[in-house]
Amino acid sequence: MELSKEKLLWMYQKMVEIRQFELKVDELFKKNMIWGTCHLYVGEEATAVGACAALNPDDYITSTHRGHGHTIAKGADLKKMMAELLGKETGYCKGRGGSMHIVDVSTGNLGANGIVAGGIPIATGAALASKLKKDNKVTICFFGDGAANEGVFHESLNMAGLWKLPVVYICENNLYGMSNPVSKSTAVKDIAQRAESYNMPGVIVDGNDIVEVYKAVKEAVDRARRGEGATLIESKTYRWLGHSKSDPRVYRTREEEEEWKKKDPIKRFEKYLEETTDITKDELEEINKKVEQEIEEAYQFAINSPDPRVEDLAKYVYA
Amino acid sequence: MTEKLYIDALAEAIREEFDRDPNVFMMGEDIGIYGGAFGVTKGMYEKYKDKLIETPISEAGIVGAAVGAALVGMRPIVEIMFSDFLTLPMEWIVNQAAKLRYMTGGQLKVPMVIRTPMGSGTGAAAQHSQSFPAIFAHIPGLKVVMPATPYDVKGLLKAAVRDDNPVLFFEHKLLYWTKGEVPEEDYIVPIGKAEIKREGKDITIIAGSITVPRSLEAAEELKTYGIDAEVIDIKSLSPLDEETIVKSVIKTGKILIVEDDNKNYGWGAEVLSKLVESEAFDYLDYPIQRLAGKNVPIPYNPQLERAAVPQTEDIVQKVRSIFDK
Repeated sequence: MELSKEKLLWMYQKMVEIRQFELKVDELFKKNMIWGTCHLYVGEEATAVGACAALNPDDYITSTHRGHGHTIAKGADLKKMMAELLGKETGYCKGRGGSMHIVDVSTGNLGANGIVAGGIPIATGAALASKLKKDNKVTICFFGDGAANEGVFHESLNMAGLWKLPVVYICENNLYGMSNPVSKSTAVKDIAQRAESYNMPGVIVDGNDIVEVYKAVKEAVDRARRGEGATLIESKTYRWLGHSKSDPRVYRTREEEEEWKKKDPIKRFEKYLEETTDITKDELEEINKKVEQEIEEAYQFAINSPDPRVEDLAKYVYA
Repeated sequence: MTEKLYIDALAEAIREEFDRDPNVFMMGEDIGIYGGAFGVTKGMYEKYKDKLIETPISEAGIVGAAVGAALVGMRPIVEIMFSDFLTLPMEWIVNQAAKLRYMTGGQLKVPMVIRTPMGSGTGAAAQHSQSFPAIFAHIPGLKVVMPATPYDVKGLLKAAVRDDNPVLFFEHKLLYWTKGEVPEEDYIVPIGKAEIKREGKDITIIAGSITVPRSLEAAEELKTYGIDAEVIDIKSLSPLDEETIVKSVIKTGKILIVEDDNKNYGWGAEVLSKLVESEAFDYLDYPIQRLAGKNVPIPYNPQLERAAVPQTEDIVQKVRSIFDK
């Protein structure tokens, strides 16, 4: 599975975009410039980007409450994202949704979802539609380890296994459902084991290794597109920051966090690029600078955008 | 026009929508060769095998998947075997289908219909007999209809399928085997429009679903007491047709609301509040009356079951008491 230089650079740029976007959001939060709450994706970038790299632009994804990474990886406009987080009329959801509801129909992103496991049956239904319409599209369904214990996980994967739907379920196991460690919430050691119940392959990947993620997802996507059905991929990873802005992280140690930071997916990818390609440090540095500028532009766009009008409060309730 | 059974008019609407739009399909339990628990899809399987997605017993998964299919351009009709089971996919109706358009600033739409039989009178007891469409009428983003006649069930189903919003479609089980005139041609009964099913000048009876035929029957009997009742079929709980009910009340000055749902926080309370807030209030010459189900789960014993929801004789008695006759 050869990755072109262009693709590798795209993957690197998307990871950097996610990292810098999230750090900027964290900064804005601390300045009380973002209303409500926010779940940041720092540390998990390789999963979203590796997975989306395996999709066509018109394929679908469903995302989660921790959705900024998936949304950026699928190609979202950072300006419209930042504007949404600041509650502006120019945001993806015109300020009606905020962090947990960002949707970008133009990139096939059926949306983040504030309900744990919210995207699982939705992705299954999108895949059912693809099968009925024979449109050859594949849907990736991102969800967390906590969602794997919701009832619809079972209902949906059973249907997907039964009907051989073109969907790839990617469980981002970041070890904690809010504060609850997987060992205290989940009867099996590996969530991927559950695939057996649904007659589909269950695959475990190192979620901090973007190339490994890409390869596993590509295989699953190709399989789905060939009409051979769904796959459950468990991507083992770690969120560097708290669950949300109010999380003091009392349920895990700083040592554990440091151990995982050593497995930084971006640093690892830099090393990979250095060792296996002719991409230079300068090229990567240039990308970092370019992204930094993009984030600043996104912030300026958002901060200078208008709020939605109160008179439009009841707009968009019905189609 | 030919006379048809409610259930046949409904099936005809489904078949015609299947033929009209390749994106229309149906999901539900036992809807294939078996024809659905109440026989709505009976005989369709051979011709519409690809349109009838027979599902496992997974109500949350089914409705959630229908939402997903609707987001990408399909127009699913979901059959939930008994409306009592709507508690299982509540999340997918309330948090997803109803809210996705709003919270994405109008980017998404969820054109789907959830059809479901409701109501008592079959001895199925508390978990297979409740009528609770009002619960859904409380939720912004949903539309809620409950056709009472064969004509309306065909026209409203078509309207629901063609609507770009999630529509909850309640079919009272005792209506399935009632007959009425149904045209062969394609027609729509608009969502959000009530209809005066019987004109009268003395009192307005506002009914919905099964209480429509009961109110019409009661109105005939009331003639013998010299009372000329107007009967309005509310048809849609959301959106609610305030205009038709306000006009009627201005004409008659008296109102009785008859609900099959149990009374507390029922749809009749909403109708009442709309009337009190409207110009009709000045025309009322008698306190607004409500007749609704008792605030109990539906019991098994046939006498108790019958007593739990308003029957024709209850409506007659109530109206007579208003007129001291």
